[in-house]
Order: sequence, then structure tokens, then C-alpha cells
Amino acid sequence: MAPRIAAASIRAAGARLELAGDWSLNSLGQDIGGIRRTLAQASASTEWDLGAIVRLDSFGAILIWRAWGERWPAKVSLQQQHRRIIERAATIPADALPRTAPFGPRAAVVALGDALLGFVDHALHFIALLGQLFLDCIHLLRNPRQFPLAEVSAGVYKVGVKAMPVAAMVGFLIGVVLSYLSSLQLKTFGADIFIINILGLGIIRELGPVLVSVLVAGRSGSAMTAQLGVMRVTEEIDALAAMGVSRSQRLVLPKVFALMLAMPLLVLWTSAVALLGGAVSAWVELGLAPSFFLETLPRVVPIANLYIGLLKGAVFGLLIALVACHFGLRVQPNTESLSASTTASVVSAITIVILADAAFAIATRTVGVVA
Amino acid sequence: MSASVIELQGVRTRFRDQLIHDGVDLVVPAGEIVALVGGSGSGKTTLMRHIIGLTRPEAGSIRLFGEALHAGQLAERMARRRRFGVLFQHGALFSAFNVGENIAFPLREQGVASEEEIAALVRLKLSMVEMEPTHAALMPAELSGGMVKRAALARALALEPELLLLDEPTAGLDPDRSAAFIELIRTLHRQLHLTVILITHDLDTLAALASRVAILADKRIVSHDTLERTLALDHPFVQRFFHGQRRRAVMSADGEG
Ligand SMILES: Nc1ncnc2c1ncn2[C@@H]1O[C@H](COP(=O)(O)OP(=O)(O)OP(=O)(O)O)[C@@H](O)[C@H]1O
Ligand SMILES: [Mg+2]
Repeated sequence: MAPRIAAASIRAAGARLELAGDWSLNSLGQDIGGIRRTLAQASASTEWDLGAIVRLDSFGAILIWRAWGERWPAKVSLQQQHRRIIERAATIPADALPRTAPFGPRAAVVALGDALLGFVDHALHFIALLGQLFLDCIHLLRNPRQFPLAEVSAGVYKVGVKAMPVAAMVGFLIGVVLSYLSSLQLKTFGADIFIINILGLGIIRELGPVLVSVLVAGRSGSAMTAQLGVMRVTEEIDALAAMGVSRSQRLVLPKVFALMLAMPLLVLWTSAVALLGGAVSAWVELGLAPSFFLETLPRVVPIANLYIGLLKGAVFGLLIALVACHFGLRVQPNTESLSASTTASVVSAITIVILADAAFAIATRTVGVVA
Repeated sequence: MSASVIELQGVRTRFRDQLIHDGVDLVVPAGEIVALVGGSGSGKTTLMRHIIGLTRPEAGSIRLFGEALHAGQLAERMARRRRFGVLFQHGALFSAFNVGENIAFPLREQGVASEEEIAALVRLKLSMVEMEPTHAALMPAELSGGMVKRAALARALALEPELLLLDEPTAGLDPDRSAAFIELIRTLHRQLHLTVILITHDLDTLAALASRVAILADKRIVSHDTLERTLALDHPFVQRFFHGQRRRAVMSADGEG
């Protein structure tokens, strides 16, 4: 607009206060402190002249109304249209907006209880999800033609094939580092040969599955939670339900199957690359020829370890997918909850995988280790 | 004040190989309420996004308040954005904030009003759009479709801007609320000398508010005139849009009688 309105101004002339210019939020913001100070000087006997105000918005009106002590002053002159704006500001209901209670001891107890009940609720929901998955499997056994083959295969590609480069890089480096550090120690004992036992057992049985789980939880678990979460926010899941499509069958089951298939393959791939890295490092550091490494490996590491590693991969895949879907389906329809759920999904998945790994270690303590 | 608030010249928009606008010219003088009318998918929302600077047209110039839209330093561009308020077609409320915080957000960003004044302003805006103070605590996901519209309108009005862009404000409101909305915009227009761009399919709203009607058809503004003269226009879209609806209205009136 060409003729810019002059900014808000206020001038004290004896017992008179003269207000002029643009009394709207944008313009008042330029010197709100000074204006507030001048307004505060007003008393009951002040004479108010608002005639020169060009533009008045609700904020200006509230400012003036409060300066008046929330009632019309005895002496005031203003334009009719501005009178109406101030009248409107004066009708603001006095009852406050609903306030959130301040945080006190009581709120702390409530928060603690909420957290506990929330945990129970999570556990129940998780069990229900597992049960639903079981029922879906039975349903699919009866109607094998409904198996979501395309979704599962796309999932294997997404979580498996596409993760191969990063898994290989991480695996190789870990193999190199582990082998280097171990061989330094072994050399001092003259027990060089045991590097093969250490790497074979450690990587195939433990490190491979756990490493892949952490990678996949961060890479695919978070993506699954976010995808389901956005579908919740945009009511896509409701739309699916309204069409009579089972969300667990169409959304959860393909993800679980895809991860259970892809994870053992990824474990195999990562362990192999990690062993390669270890072999290279052992060759450089200890002079162990790679051919000797390969020959000795099956002799000192029973094949049962590989089976355990692959089984772990499948179970961890199941857990990661279930945890991701669990949190994704519980997202509230707002962005805050989406981000919180995604974080919770990754953290819980990794924690649960490590707990499960400990359980595995106890359950298989007599299998595959040469005493 | 006769200066123009919005000036569009030769605006052309293309999404991939689909041409949406081809030479859109529109001048909106200050203080007018212009209804932007066009078929579904004719590019009204897209044009609004150009005007508020979210997207840039392939060709053509856009001037807002007499200045080129993307001219100036960051601070100037931000200041320009505070001079208009937008009601998006789907509300676009911040889902992580409740209604009260949504309305308070632009006020807080200004950093001028105190918390107490902001609370008073929020109450005022809520009462303007006929919402209860208790609604302030609701989250956007807990609102009905019409309430989302009203809350979003309250947020667009938070700064009482000089220019108000409303994308289908009365869609999803009951007739009573539509009438109240029309009254509210009229009052604000009178008191604050607002300029309003109103995208609407609703003839009642349009007839009650618009000082001019801009018709977006054939990828251009084919007409920008008062309602009476627009009605007399011989353009297939105008005929279908106005006279089709009118006929229906007349028929339903007959049915009641
Ligand atoms: N981001 C985008 N990418 C590709 N095409 C788009 C995009 N946004 C809009 N379009 C296309 O541009 C056209 C105009 O869309 P726009 O949303 O502006 O329509 P509208 O006039 O607001 O319609 P309605 O009245 O239904 O809201 C449509 O054909 C739409 O498909
Ligand atoms: Mg639109």
C-alpha cells in the first residue's frame, strides 16, 4: 500500500494522553516498551484522545483497555469505529483458558503411575500383536493364495539387498579391527593360531547377528515405524480398515516375513565379509595365509555356530519388525508422537535384541563350543 | 487507498508437462474482497501458493503490497509475510500443538504481546470464530472438520493482517456457521480495512462478501468484475457455475413451496 500509515505513537500533554498512528501489533512492536511505560503513567483523571489513531487492532485495543483498568475512562474521545473495536476487546470472557496443572509432587506420582501402566499397556498390545500374527499365519495356511508375496519380496529387497553395502562396510571394518587387536595380544603368548577360533566363534555366533540387528533396527525399523505412523496420522489405516482389509495381514505380516527372511541372509553376508576382513588383518599382522585361515575355520568352529547365528538373525528380525509395527500402530495423530514413537521403536528394538541375545547365550551354552 | 495489494502479471505454472496457468493477470486493489472462482483442479490453490511465496511460477511477476514478492533481505521478506494471514484448504494446524497454542503461535513469534495479553487475544479470536474457551485445550486431531476450519481461521486472523487469503473457508461449515463467518469477515473488513482473497465454491458466501469475482478458467483469469456483470458473462464455465447452481437453488425452493 502506497501511503504507509505512521507508526503508533503516544504523547503526554499535561493530563492528556494523545494516541496516534497505527495501533496494530506489527507497528506497536517497534517500541512496545516505551508505549507500555507511557500507558502505565495514566491515572483515573487522565484525559484520553484517541482521535488520531488510524488503525486499531485487537492487540492495540486490549493494550488500551488494560491501561484504562478495564473500564471506560471519564474523559475520552475516539472515532466510532474504534469504539466498537475496544468494546469487542472488552467483551473477552474473563474465564481463563483451560490451564495445564503445574508439576508438583502429585503430578510426579501420577507420571510414575502413568509410566508403569503405560509399560503394561505396551506389553499387552505387543502380545496381542504377536497373537494376531499367529492367527494370520493360520489363516494364510488355510488360504495360501492370499499370501502377500509381492509385499514380502519388495520388503526383502528394501531391508535386505539395499542394506548389503553398508552392512559389508561395517562388517569388514569390525573384522579388521577385532582381528588386529586380538592378534596383538595373541602374539605375546605365541598363540597366533587361535585368532581363527576367536574370530570364527565371535563373529559367526555373536557379532554378526547383533551387528546386523543394530543396523537393521536403525535403518528399517525406524522406517517401518515412521511409515505406519504417517499412515495413522493421515487416516490411511482407518481407510484400510473401512475397506475390510486386515491391517495386520496387509501391513504387519509382510514386514515381519520380510525381516525374518532378509535378516539371516544379511547375517550370513555380514559375517562372511567380517571374516574376510579378519583374515586380511591376520595375514598382514601374523602372516597367516588366507588359504590356511579358510582351511582351519571349519575345523575349529563347529557348524552349529553358523546355525545359531542364522537362527538368531531370524528371531531378531521378528523382534525388530514386531517392535517397529507395535510403535507405528500406536502413534497418535500428531507429529510429536510420531517422532517419539520412532525413537522409542529403535531404542526398544536394540534393547530387546540384546536381551534376546543374552537369553540365546544361556540357552545355547552347551552347543557348538569345544570345551 | 487505491494502491494494489496484489499484482499478478503473466503468471505461468507447469507441473511436469501439465500447464496449469498460462498468463494469469490479476490486480487486487486494497480494501477489496475478491472471490477467486474456478473449477476443481483449475489451479486456485496453486495460484494462492504463488501469491504467498511458497512456490514460484515458471514465468511472470508477482507483486505484493507494491513490492516484488521475493525482493529484499530475509528480514524484509519475513516482515512481508507477517502482513498476510492464510487459511489453508485443509487447515494445516500444527498437530503437535493444541488449538490455543496454534492461535498463540504467530503472536508469540512476534514477541510483542505478554503471555497474559496473548491469552486474552486467543480468547478473543476463539470467540470471533464461535469456539468455546474450553476448545483451546483440544488437539487438532480431536476436532471436527468444521472446527478445524474455524480454528485455522482464528490462527490466520491472529495477527489481524492487512491481507487475508482464504482457501475454501466455508467448506464443511453448517449454513448457520457460514452466515456467522460471512458476518465476521464483513466486520473485520470494515474495521481493519482488510483485503481478502476468497477461494470458494459457495454461491452464498460469494454473493454476500465479494466485491469482485475473478474467474479462473482456460488457464487464465477470464473475468475480474462485479458479480452482476460476471453473471451476464457469456462463458461456458460461468454459465455452468452460476446458472447451474442457481437453477438448483430455485428448484429446491420450488420443492419446498
Ligand atoms: N505439487 C503438484 N505436483 C503436480 N501437480 C500438481 C501439484 N499441485 C497441484 N497440481 C495439479 O495442479 C492442478 C491444480 O491444482 P489446485 O490444487 O491448484 O486446484 P484447485 O483449483 O485448488 O482445486 P480445488 O477446487 O479442487 O481445490 C491440479 O490438476 C493438480 O493435479
Ligand atoms: Mg484448492
